[in-house]
Amino acid sequence: MIDATILLGELAYWQQTSLRVVGGLAAVLLIAGTLVYLHLFKLVSFMQSRLGPMEAGPFGSLQLLAEVGKFLQKEDLVPRKADRFVFLAAPFVVLVSTFLLVVVVPWGPDAWFIDSDVGIYLAMAVSSVSVIGILMAGWGSASKYSLLGGLRATGQLIAYELPLILAVIGVVIQAGTMNMQGIVYAQAEGSIFGWAGIGNPYFLTQGVGFLLFMIAMQAELTQTPFDMPIAESELVTGYMTEYSGMRFLLFFIGEFATAGVFSAIAAVLFLGGWYIPGIDPDDNIMNVLGPLVMLTKVVGLTFLVFWFRFTFPRFREDQLQKLAWKVLIPVALANIVVTGILKVAF
Amino acid sequence: MTAISDREKLSYIAAQAADARINLELETEGMTLNLGPQHPATHGTLRIIARLDGEQVISADPVMGYMHRGYEKLTEVRTYPQVTALVNRIDWVGSFANEVPFILAAEKLMDVEAPPRAQWIRTVLFELSRVANISLFLGDMALQLGATTPAFFAFRDREHVLNQIEAVTGGRFHPNFDRIGGLKDDLPAGWITETKRAMRKMRQFCNEMEQLVLGNEIFAARSRGIGIIPADIGLSYGLSGANIRASGVDWDTRRDNPCGLVHGELDWKVWTHPDGDSFARFWVRLQEVRESTKMIDQMLDGLPSGPIMAKVPRIIKVPAGEAYVETENPLGVMGYYVISKGELVPYRVKIRSASFSNISIAPWLLKGVYVPDIITILASLYFILGDIDR
Amino acid sequence: MALVPGLIKGLGVTGGTLLRTVFPDGWKKPIPNPVKGAETVQYPHEKEAPPPRARGVIALHEENCTACMLCARECPDWCIYIEGHKEKAPPRRAGGKPRQVNALDRFDIDYALCMYCGICVDVCPFEALFWSPEYEFSEPRIADLLHDKSRLAEWMETVPDFEAYEAGSEAKVKKVPPT
Repeated sequence: MIDATILLGELAYWQQTSLRVVGGLAAVLLIAGTLVYLHLFKLVSFMQSRLGPMEAGPFGSLQLLAEVGKFLQKEDLVPRKADRFVFLAAPFVVLVSTFLLVVVVPWGPDAWFIDSDVGIYLAMAVSSVSVIGILMAGWGSASKYSLLGGLRATGQLIAYELPLILAVIGVVIQAGTMNMQGIVYAQAEGSIFGWAGIGNPYFLTQGVGFLLFMIAMQAELTQTPFDMPIAESELVTGYMTEYSGMRFLLFFIGEFATAGVFSAIAAVLFLGGWYIPGIDPDDNIMNVLGPLVMLTKVVGLTFLVFWFRFTFPRFREDQLQKLAWKVLIPVALANIVVTGILKVAF
Repeated sequence: MTAISDREKLSYIAAQAADARINLELETEGMTLNLGPQHPATHGTLRIIARLDGEQVISADPVMGYMHRGYEKLTEVRTYPQVTALVNRIDWVGSFANEVPFILAAEKLMDVEAPPRAQWIRTVLFELSRVANISLFLGDMALQLGATTPAFFAFRDREHVLNQIEAVTGGRFHPNFDRIGGLKDDLPAGWITETKRAMRKMRQFCNEMEQLVLGNEIFAARSRGIGIIPADIGLSYGLSGANIRASGVDWDTRRDNPCGLVHGELDWKVWTHPDGDSFARFWVRLQEVRESTKMIDQMLDGLPSGPIMAKVPRIIKVPAGEAYVETENPLGVMGYYVISKGELVPYRVKIRSASFSNISIAPWLLKGVYVPDIITILASLYFILGDIDR
Repeated sequence: MALVPGLIKGLGVTGGTLLRTVFPDGWKKPIPNPVKGAETVQYPHEKEAPPPRARGVIALHEENCTACMLCARECPDWCIYIEGHKEKAPPRRAGGKPRQVNALDRFDIDYALCMYCGICVDVCPFEALFWSPEYEFSEPRIADLLHDKSRLAEWMETVPDFEAYEAGSEAKVKKVPPT
């Protein structure tokens, strides 16, 4: 895709849309697959002094394909007392929010799905849809474990959306725009107190916001230490307990895809997105290099997410809520105030 | 109670049944959550019926017996060596420790004392089983609380201890090594150096657990102040072992009542903690593992030479009598009450297992806690189902 | 709540293990080699050798066996099946009486029932049973787990020599009879 705008301009609208749809699907699923293999199977195993799957394919690289095959041939169970439509629709609702999220992420100067002036606002709004999906799964499973898991998830996800959004507001103030592409350019062309060597990646100048976003992201993904909704040793798998076969796989892929997409958003907001210092952001080569750079940053951020996930025990529900409401939200509000003051002063 | 007439008894039972029916129909007391026999949290087939009000427990009753294997009946038709082989499987994680009180009771009845070398090696293996058992606990409690990695570290480092047990007894999990009058065989060459190396690795493991789990603020927030057992309540329920030592009670059968084991000749310390909460129980067990590794090093340095078995006949007939021997097993105090009528098989063996008494405090302890705390408390009490149900 | 120092140290432990597994030779050879660094063994491609005393399977040295039935009697699971008959063997010296010996017809151990406790090996007065550390004899059919006399004699080839004892022991090292 050397000169994307010209190419895209020549295609009919339906051709452009189908390209975007295929691209979107590939972006989500490939990232999810890579993350599952790299992190869940390999890096975490190395952290635990073992090797992970090694048999399926060289060094176990085809293990995910084998798992997909295994899940496909399982019986599709629906509990007898389950609310049928709600139970069946829940995984799709969760996945819909992930796919909607990925369209706002820019992968290069011309490699984007939509270029909306309210990009990050749209992302934050859409990410709340998954809460409904989890609640549907919890209720529709007609099982006490799932219900407990679903209710815990709802409380947790609603509570942690606020620090997420407030951290993003700090970035928006600094960048001056809600357009995701605009935020990348603001970091590329910005400078830290006059030195423009690496641009202005916001994880340095908005460090508090970055930390807040990472913690809130961990909670939004229901990863340990915030995985009360799943809480394997108490609730078996929480809201996912009654799902089997392909539907469980949808939840599983959804979990990793969401991790990837949230990390992509974090990379755009705080790490400078597809920009690498040294190469002019408008150069056409960035359309090829940009996705690779983004992938590297996504892998790096998800490594952090999974490192925390496999090291720490989990919080109890009330401790989790205390952390969100009493610590993170005040800090986020203070961050916004300070950012605003510094933005006007400098 | 004085004699109650049959009529009163029947009307009392009928009233209870009527209450139960009303509660069931109206569900007036909240949701019943069945932490059923198959559950990732309970160490085996333990069932806890918890009545919840939202996330708080109103009452929690453990239902035991899903793994009852009828040990005490089995021992009535098995000879002493066969009983020793079976008894390994009561607490299958620290299994040598199950044989020891039984063999000591039989030796008491036969009036036979094992030679000093056998007693020392018996104590070494006893402490090795403690290290293996409690290191599993350290990884497992962190797993119950959500951290998956410490459990892997526990299994990885426990291998060293199990390899040592296998090198001398032939079996990693079921040594079947104790005999009336001594031990089955002596140590193979090179075992002492290898075991000292294994103990160094276990001390490293303890340091890692301290950094990874004990020092973790989330772990502290989950376990400090949870499940506080006051010392007198614990003693009245029959708690023993690290559970009661974590409530400040300075009681250790190895020091107070050593019977055939050589703990009295070693320089070691009993660890207690004043708090009595789940954090304290974890802390006490961590220190105990360290202390055991140091004890094993001392014993290996000072091992006396000599025969490994006293003179006992080939086919053992224990003279008539009764004997009760208690030892400080990894899970708590385990005792065997052996009644013999002078035959090849014991007449009756009563097994006092530690976990059965430890879990009896669960209904009292679990009142009013949150659902996640049920898991924390059960994990910190640490029971093995084979030990509860026998 | 002071949330930071313990958490960072915990991360250090897992991060350290990760680095040690991926780079087992430390700074000297910064090439990732997790297969060497991991503490697990890739069974069945590589196998750990069990110690010589490991209780894998029981082997029978038929010449020593006199069908005294002690092992079958003492087995807690009654998984040893023995049938024998009495024969007249030639006298030891010329001009003597023919001796009565027990001959072994059938000696089966059912490894589906065996609990690998070793009471039979201990109790045999003629040292006809030996432990071998072989453990890979699983079968698709349970009936094939009944090892008969010839199979038990085959296991004798895998029985290792008895090890020497530690210093300070007064036990004598026993000898495994040559097959």
